[in-house]
Amino acid sequence: MSTEVIIAGLYVFALAAFLGYQVISRVPPLLHTPLMSATNAISGISLVGSLVTAGAHYNTVSTVLGFIAVTASTINVVGGFMITDRMLRMFKRQLPVKNDKKDSTEEQERA
Amino acid sequence: MGLPIELTYLAASILFILGLKGLSHPETARRGMIFAEIGMFLAIVGTLLHREIVSYQWIIAGLIIGSLIGGAISIWVPMTAMPQRTALSHAFGALAASLVGVSEYYRHNAVELGTFKMTALSLEVLLGGITVTGSLMAFIKLQDWVRGTPITYRGQNIFNMSLLAITIGIFGYLIFDPSAHSLFYAMAGLAFVFGVLLVLPIGAADMPVVMSLMNSYAGLAAAATGFAISNNVLIIAGTLDGFSGFILSILMCRAMNRSITNVLFGAFGAEVAAAEGGSAGEMREVKGEDIAVQLAYAGQVIFVPGYGMATAQAQHSVRELANMLEARGVTVKYAIHPVAGRMPGHMNVLLAEANVPYSSLYDLEQINAEFPTTDVAVVIGANDVVNPDARDNPRSPIAGMPILEVDKARSVVVLKRGKGKGFAGIENPLFFKPNCGMLYGDAKASLIKLAGAVQNA
Repeated sequence: MSTEVIIAGLYVFALAAFLGYQVISRVPPLLHTPLMSATNAISGISLVGSLVTAGAHYNTVSTVLGFIAVTASTINVVGGFMITDRMLRMFKRQLPVKNDKKDSTEEQERA
Repeated sequence: MGLPIELTYLAASILFILGLKGLSHPETARRGMIFAEIGMFLAIVGTLLHREIVSYQWIIAGLIIGSLIGGAISIWVPMTAMPQRTALSHAFGALAASLVGVSEYYRHNAVELGTFKMTALSLEVLLGGITVTGSLMAFIKLQDWVRGTPITYRGQNIFNMSLLAITIGIFGYLIFDPSAHSLFYAMAGLAFVFGVLLVLPIGAADMPVVMSLMNSYAGLAAAATGFAISNNVLIIAGTLDGFSGFILSILMCRAMNRSITNVLFGAFGAEVAAAEGGSAGEMREVKGEDIAVQLAYAGQVIFVPGYGMATAQAQHSVRELANMLEARGVTVKYAIHPVAGRMPGHMNVLLAEANVPYSSLYDLEQINAEFPTTDVAVVIGANDVVNPDARDNPRSPIAGMPILEVDKARSVVVLKRGKGKGFAGIENPLFFKPNCGMLYGDAKASLIKLAGAVQNA
């Protein structure tokens, strides 16, 4: 592997680390569980590595390992995004039909 | 790799970051996740065009089986079991990373790998292996298949450390001599063993830290995969995941005033029980009816949920009681400690499931000032996070841990299963305070009883 490729990779890593730190520090504790399942789904992107391994016919061992890896990371991608959405749907600012005047005035005050 | 594929990867990377940025607020979170999903879709479609892929039957089989399993889990898993599901998904992610690593090593001539690629591959397999078995171990503990208390034996730390040293030694050797095949597989095997040994001595109450660490390792393993196969989107997504887990671990440790080393090697909750003497005084048991009257005529009530609320599946009953109180004009708030439950944010998700609006959920810093003006604080299956000893007694094992100061409320009710000590085996002086009453029994049953009594009050 050439030095340029290595250095480019390290640049990407360092910048992603800083950006990740900035973005993720802003996530409120309220959403820490969805954050964990979302980052987990996103890192299921290792699927792209598994796909090549499973489909490239390098040899039988690689194909079998690749197949298991594709299955495992698909579980994460599909399951991770679906469950994150299921959780996020539950977070509501206010109940849709509720005539609680006290609550709504409190909301306005805070806003 | 062709330019079109690289462009889909670039788009995916940007969409992932936008997706995580959306999570900074509940209002924008779902939209953010749609961005991330589009990014993932683009990256997968782009990869399928890869010229090295010659047959699709294994890919399609894997995609279908994985989608079915992942979809089924995410539809049917109850919210209370979210920590277990997350632990499993860390294991799956790490498994995929380590298998790709093993396959890459297997198919390449060791010499052509080169030092850098070999380092990345070994790191990937090492972190991946630890995460696979460590997360499975955490899953088993969270699922209560083995007891949640730390499992310790003599010389445990020395044994674990030596094993880790050997594994890292092999790692170092492989960088200089990538052709040592048997050592590579030995390192993978040792990583699997170390994962189990690492989580074995960690108690269930420390699971939020373990979950965050495994989150971090799984991400870093994916990033290492990115280095090994020179794929930038993998480096970016893996790094984001790795740092997210890292930040969460730090937050969790800070919320317990402990270091990561102490959590990993301290076997908390095993040794401290003996060190503590009995606390003075009597615990005062109270009747549901009396509490109901207090609640019904209160100005402000704060609920403090803990893991006990999750085990009793009591979140909906909490909400019903709160509804009744709100209808009577009582202000109801919820105080969430960062390490309440078994994973970061666990309590928030459960209460959101029970339709509690997120504007009523408060963090530690936001709510502590409100306890002195609160009439009743209702503690539901929480213990250490409300233990005043953490604040008052410098010799307490949890000294310095930030707590929810419920003892400053005019009156405190603790819903507790029995008279026993908390998980960590630490005496809680809160229970002996004159303003504190104990309501024993299953949290859900107690809450339903309270709601009934409030209706009659």
